[in-house]
Amino acid sequence: MSALDAVRAGQVTMADVRITPATLRAQAEVARAHANPQLAENFERAAELADVPDEELLAIYEQLRPRRSTAAELAATAAGLQERGAVLTAALVREAAAVYARRGLLRDSS
Amino acid sequence: MDEVIGRFRFMDAQRVNLDGFAVEDAALGLIAFDSPDDPEPSLVVAADGRVVELDGRAEADFDVIDAYLAAHGLDLDVAAEVMALDDVALARLVVDPGVPRAEIVRLVAGATPAKLARVFARLRPAELTIAMTKLRARRTPSNQAHVTNRSDDPLLLAADAATAAAFGFREVETTVPVFGDAPSNAVAVQIGAAVGAPGVLVQCSVEEATELRLGLRGLVSYAETVSLYGTEQIFTDGDDTPWSKAFLTSAYASRGVKMRVTSGGGAEALMGAAEGRSMFYLEARCVSLARAIGAQGVQNGGIDSAAVAGSVPKGVRSLMAENLMVMARNLEACTGNDALMSESDVRRTSRTMPIFLAGSDFICSGFGSIKREDNMFGPSQWNAEDIDDYLVMQRDWGVDGGLRTADPARVAALRRRAVDAVQAVYAHLGLADLDDDWAAQAVDAAGSRDVPAADPMAPLVASRIITESGLTMVDVVAALADCGFDDVAERLLAMLEARRHGDHLQTAAIFDEQMRVLSLVTDPNDYAGPGTGYEPTPARAAELDAVRQQRSVADLRAVQARAADPGGLRVRGPAAAGSDPREVVIGVSPATGRAIWTTLGGLTVVEALRELLAGLEEEGCTARVVRVNDTVDLGLIGLTAARLAGSGIGIGLQAKGTALIHRRDLAPLMNLELYSVAPSVDGPLYRLLGGNAARHAKGATPEPARNPYSDEAIEARYHTTVVGLVAIERSCCTTTAPQELEVSW
Repeated sequence: MSALDAVRAGQVTMADVRITPATLRAQAEVARAHANPQLAENFERAAELADVPDEELLAIYEQLRPRRSTAAELAATAAGLQERGAVLTAALVREAAAVYARRGLLRDSS
Repeated sequence: MDEVIGRFRFMDAQRVNLDGFAVEDAALGLIAFDSPDDPEPSLVVAADGRVVELDGRAEADFDVIDAYLAAHGLDLDVAAEVMALDDVALARLVVDPGVPRAEIVRLVAGATPAKLARVFARLRPAELTIAMTKLRARRTPSNQAHVTNRSDDPLLLAADAATAAAFGFREVETTVPVFGDAPSNAVAVQIGAAVGAPGVLVQCSVEEATELRLGLRGLVSYAETVSLYGTEQIFTDGDDTPWSKAFLTSAYASRGVKMRVTSGGGAEALMGAAEGRSMFYLEARCVSLARAIGAQGVQNGGIDSAAVAGSVPKGVRSLMAENLMVMARNLEACTGNDALMSESDVRRTSRTMPIFLAGSDFICSGFGSIKREDNMFGPSQWNAEDIDDYLVMQRDWGVDGGLRTADPARVAALRRRAVDAVQAVYAHLGLADLDDDWAAQAVDAAGSRDVPAADPMAPLVASRIITESGLTMVDVVAALADCGFDDVAERLLAMLEARRHGDHLQTAAIFDEQMRVLSLVTDPNDYAGPGTGYEPTPARAAELDAVRQQRSVADLRAVQARAADPGGLRVRGPAAAGSDPREVVIGVSPATGRAIWTTLGGLTVVEALRELLAGLEEEGCTARVVRVNDTVDLGLIGLTAARLAGSGIGIGLQAKGTALIHRRDLAPLMNLELYSVAPSVDGPLYRLLGGNAARHAKGATPEPARNPYSDEAIEARYHTTVVGLVAIERSCCTTTAPQELEVSW
């Protein structure tokens, strides 16, 4: 059955055209070999996020916007990410929380 | 005297004077390079590898941008080496074709924003051009189009997206005047672009989270509206932080969606928070941050604030230098030439030209492929009005600017098919019933004014259904297949499939029409001086050269043959010398009435002769018409005629319409009157010429013939035709003696 026939038969969803964490990690190696370690790190964070559901992804983005979250909320998000193995993304969130505290970008908890 | 003199009233009225020009004002950020308040470059790294000072600011005072750059943005292994390099020495390395791109990329990775700004400010325009030729990531240049319209008409969007793809754009960006229309616009443009060509990337520029949602559902295939700013105030006013942007960047990658960020000099000044810094320094911070957050590329070069940069001295230069910083940071450069930065055609061309010549990953980050008035980003630097100009510029310079000529019949067919596909899919998915009158208008339309049948509510309703039903690109592909558009479905499915491989997430990636990824990885720029780097293949060169307006001598012959009037001029026999002192002879060129039948002025040769004869008759002269067969030279034709005339006065007429009055005792290259601008010689002027020839014959005073007022580029319009017509004249030359002709009308 061709790929298009599979679509026609309703056997394909967006999940079937998702990039996998392994592929993203392989792309990270390519980026690193082409003198862009930051792009590589982005792909590595993406690998951690590849299986995170869409709505959760959008929710974390919203949390990281200015004055959306308290320190505790960001800490909880970081912990949740860490727990599911998203260690790089968790570190990013913790780093954000520290800078947000210093620069007044946390939400008032009051 | 208060009154401005006429010369300046005239100059004031020229279009360039609609533009605003600002006095340089560093306090307001109205300064392109090197503000007195720009920091000295500095970098202090603690023993534990922490950056504790960046461009004069201590760690405790880092704003969000400094903090992110300090943590992620600099290659500390090379930082000491590059920070110690003299600015001019580094600038020379940047320009020198003998120094490989990779070496510049290595060094620049360790440079702070202030260092970057200082070094790239040293480059002069021609140096920027060479450096850009060398430093852009992708070898093959490319271009991006805007496709929008005032009513978010999905049929017109589809037709125009197909048209953009046919002209060669490899990315298409749409947006909405009505926010709620975004999903419909994305679907219509995706379908249209896929009809036009395989592998066209499509985005819909809207608010960040909404754009991400479209990406997650496959309704767009890349994103670009992820804005970075150079000051903390403006950054957070934009409702983001470097960390939220970094997360967003990873979110796109996690779904296999290409993305780049957007910045651009002048944005901070425009929003009144430039902190006294130069536009270029603030942009150096943005570019550094783009690399730091892991974005593969940057759209910059002013963008929405290009006109702000353009208003100050060296501002236009700084826009190009911004792009070059992106390239040197080893990122994809989408090089502005986007929002219209001048009312003047000269000025906007000047702004684009060096980038066009150098080549970039995307010359324009938004060439308005639709009419100016339909561009919902606002008019672009280049628009549908200018596509032919742009195509001809490519041909003039032998430069690949990413576009190609498109055959009108092919574009018509693609527009029809794009409209049919969207009509069918919208009906099939229950999004809208778009009627046939509307469809027919959209196929033919130059712009939304030509589609009065469009229902402005349709895109809003369709968008609501797309959003509420959770429709994805897979559903669109299925609908296309169900409606018999298998080839279009296959192309869009291939774009979804590409997400799984992710090769297009690498720097500066586009798909070619065989769905091969061209990127920093697969198609690296290897310019190292003459004879290296990108050169169009012969096939591509043919696409660049073959503009639809080009004409050959054979084309010209065919045009002339269609105007043939064989009965208008008949050969009577050999021409003898006359003796009547009132006789004037009109000598015509060899091709007249044989291969050439119309003049450049648009008269038939018979009409031109009729006017000459009438002018002679009005002054009481008799006339004969003689074809001079052995020369194409108008002076000799006129002189030959004069020697056959009883009065000794002759008129020479070339078939293309150039005419003169000659006298038998003059040297061949002399004449009495010359009507040299053939395209502007009309009936009355030929009649005047005939009358004056008669006056010369009678010894009376001729009336002065005045050239009409004209600002046409006469030579540009007609010289290629003249070359062809002269070639035809020459091919008609024989040794046959002059022949008398009978003219009838």
